[in-house]
Amino acid sequence: MFETWDLLWLQNYWWGIVSLLGGFLAMMLFVQGGQALIPALSKNDAEKTLLYNVFGRKWELGFTTLVLFGGAIFAAFPLFYAVSFGGAYYAWMVLLFSFIIQAVSYEYRTKKGNTYGSRTYELFLSINGYLAPFLIGVIISTLFSGGAFIVDESNLSHWVINTRGLEALSVPFNVLGGISVMMLSRVLGLLYILNTVVDKSIAHNAEKKLRIEMVVTTAFLTSYAVWIFIVPGVSANDAGVIIEANRYFYTFINHPIWVLSPFIIGLGLFLLGGLRGAKSGFWFATTGTVLMVFALLFSTGINGEPYYPSYVDIQSSLSIVNSSGSRYTLVVMSYVSLFVPVVLGYIVVVWRAMMRPITHDEIKNDPFSY
Amino acid sequence: MDLIDWSRAQFALTAIYHFLFVPLTLGLSFLVAIMETIYIKTGDEKWLKTTKFWVKLFGINFVIGVATGLIMEFEFGTNWAAYSWIVGDIFGAPLAIEGIFAFFLESTFFVVLFFGWDRVSKGFHLTSTWLVAIGTNLSALWILVANGWMQYPVGMNFNPDSMRYEMGNFWEVIFSPVAVAKFLHTIGGGYVTAAIFVVGVSAWFLLRGRETQFARRSIIVASSFGLFASLFLLLSGDESAHQVAQKQPMKLAAMEGLYEGEGRAGIVAFGILNPDKKVGDDLPEFYGDIQIPYALSLLGYHDINAFVPGINDLIEGNKQFHIMSASEKIERGRAALSDLSAYHEAKKIGDTSAAMASLKAFDANQSYMGYGHFNDPLQTIPPIALTFYSFHVMVGLGSFFIVLFIVLLYLGMTNELLTTRWALWITFMSIPLGFVACEAGWIVAEVGRQPWVIQDLLPTMKGVSALSTTTVKITFWAFAILFTTLLIAEIKIMMAAIAKGPHIAEKGEDHV
Repeated sequence: MFETWDLLWLQNYWWGIVSLLGGFLAMMLFVQGGQALIPALSKNDAEKTLLYNVFGRKWELGFTTLVLFGGAIFAAFPLFYAVSFGGAYYAWMVLLFSFIIQAVSYEYRTKKGNTYGSRTYELFLSINGYLAPFLIGVIISTLFSGGAFIVDESNLSHWVINTRGLEALSVPFNVLGGISVMMLSRVLGLLYILNTVVDKSIAHNAEKKLRIEMVVTTAFLTSYAVWIFIVPGVSANDAGVIIEANRYFYTFINHPIWVLSPFIIGLGLFLLGGLRGAKSGFWFATTGTVLMVFALLFSTGINGEPYYPSYVDIQSSLSIVNSSGSRYTLVVMSYVSLFVPVVLGYIVVVWRAMMRPITHDEIKNDPFSY
Repeated sequence: MDLIDWSRAQFALTAIYHFLFVPLTLGLSFLVAIMETIYIKTGDEKWLKTTKFWVKLFGINFVIGVATGLIMEFEFGTNWAAYSWIVGDIFGAPLAIEGIFAFFLESTFFVVLFFGWDRVSKGFHLTSTWLVAIGTNLSALWILVANGWMQYPVGMNFNPDSMRYEMGNFWEVIFSPVAVAKFLHTIGGGYVTAAIFVVGVSAWFLLRGRETQFARRSIIVASSFGLFASLFLLLSGDESAHQVAQKQPMKLAAMEGLYEGEGRAGIVAFGILNPDKKVGDDLPEFYGDIQIPYALSLLGYHDINAFVPGINDLIEGNKQFHIMSASEKIERGRAALSDLSAYHEAKKIGDTSAAMASLKAFDANQSYMGYGHFNDPLQTIPPIALTFYSFHVMVGLGSFFIVLFIVLLYLGMTNELLTTRWALWITFMSIPLGFVACEAGWIVAEVGRQPWVIQDLLPTMKGVSALSTTTVKITFWAFAILFTTLLIAEIKIMMAAIAKGPHIAEKGEDHV
């Protein structure tokens, strides 16, 4: 079936998949949000341990989504993989380091022989809890604000600023994006607690916190969206890449089905989730998050508009047309993508099978608990 | 050291660390699946405790494998950006497929394996354990398909306009004989390493006179599994060497320290290389060596009379056996590169006929294009000593493990394990050797391929990201410090968990 699609369709399809993966990655950041909140939400060791066990059974999926996100970009948009990872080197490295320390921390935190003490691993989880969502927000924002790269005639790329991606932190818009995603992850973390933890004292604490965090997060998300709509962006025409005022606003208006609706519905579901709280609010808010982030990412590259502007050489800007894999590879990978629903299917089965809330007693009696 | 050396050093560092944990994950996941299956079949609680003990160790190792693995998915982009563009159209696909097919299987069912004992049915749990084992082994499949393609690139075409290789035939890539042999040999290595780990830890219990029933049971399961895996390793190793002989003759020559090619070539069973030996001189290759006659011809070409080219033949050429010299390959490579730039020049000014003519000339020498980047034929020789010794350490240890498994099985069957303390000591001391053998094998594969990152197509120096040396130094040391810090914790946690013994799997006693 995919053989008959034209190339731009395949490229759009894969940009859609990458955007969707970005959405799922943002959703799974509820684990990071939870990690950041654990010290504030727990009054004693028992509560703290309960919370680490609650989030410790979910960290792997976000981690795996990040890995797949890297792999999917490599396969479908190898030039972006080369330009961004090789160019914004330090930004990615810091992000990866923050995930590396997450992977061992749940398992090693309470183990005998862990050498550096529980507090070290708790610190690792806090670092990952704040830094990972923040940096992911910053990096997503650079798809709007651009990077300092040049792509030469052989399609080899060069980054012209020595700070290698860290300069993104000096752009207020990127920082706003970072804080927005960080706040978003905290709200999702709180909602997850409200929907899965039976301990009344923790739930009470989380409920109180949710109201304030929800208001702040909504303010950040709204200003982020407004900022995107008023800034100029880059777009492509026959003459090359040009700067266009309100480019993203027009993209949203011109693609009501694929961009505008998922964004508005997503935002609505997110707000609804925050209001519902313990009443399945987590599922509303995460679905909303997936849709919102999908719409944002998809808007940057749909139909061959440049999704990663270069602010040092605008003609080097990357679009799904000039950065994609060959037609053959995209077709092969499109068949592979048909397996994704199967993956989602077994994740749902396992998630449901393991649903029963974790209790203090279970942690005490289970030799495998964290 | 300059940029290329530091970039290689960082990749080697991260890959070597990652590969410390992978073999145990590959093998231990199957061993616990087998043990849990025995528990379900027999209903014997002792098997449940045995399974849980090894699952606990599996988990400690698994998470650090995941942690060190993350960087591998991104490091091609961060440090090998040119490589990622030039071959990403082929190389990226198996990496993405690995994510979809393997990693989610592992990470989803890992949670059930660990926390599902009382939450799901026994059948669901056993299925999950097997799916974790299958997932880990599937991930090895896809990454080795990718690596196999670096050793023997097939199923692609060069696109002179985008300046990259593009996939032409997916099936050729995944069913490449090199990829298949590599996959089988690597997972075999993982099974043997895990079996050595299990028998070694069990031997420690027997030496201390603790948990003797558990230890004996574990030794019998693991040494049967290990012996079976070793035979599998022997066959896949034979096939791997056969593939290397056909596809990477320079690597084979380096593995054997063979300078002067010969028919009826023998394999060096043991040898000390002469470090002063250079291409084309008359110095002896070894200070001393013991050879197994005919074995190399047999291994490489399945024919005791076959000619095995040496380093001299591959550098200087050998008319009798139709081997082109390296300097001629370099000449042709340069011609290809200059035709390619002529094509681009002509295209730029719109001269279609000149462009087509240049492209035609380019096609004639295209397969040597990679050689055009070298100045000196001697640059095409991999580090010989490292490749040679790594190969011999790997083969030597593999042979030793076969003997060890047979001895342990015999002692286990005749109930003499507890009384044969020397065998237990040797077994215990062998724990690190499985890891050493795996790392040595990885060095043979990767160092033996140098100076190429894609054999004969792309020199390693042409694949690197345009970073400053300082930048790579900073991240190299950051990785070295972080991974070493984590490794120390991992080993100490592992030792503490072992010292507690399998009764830790008893409810209520374990929680710290």
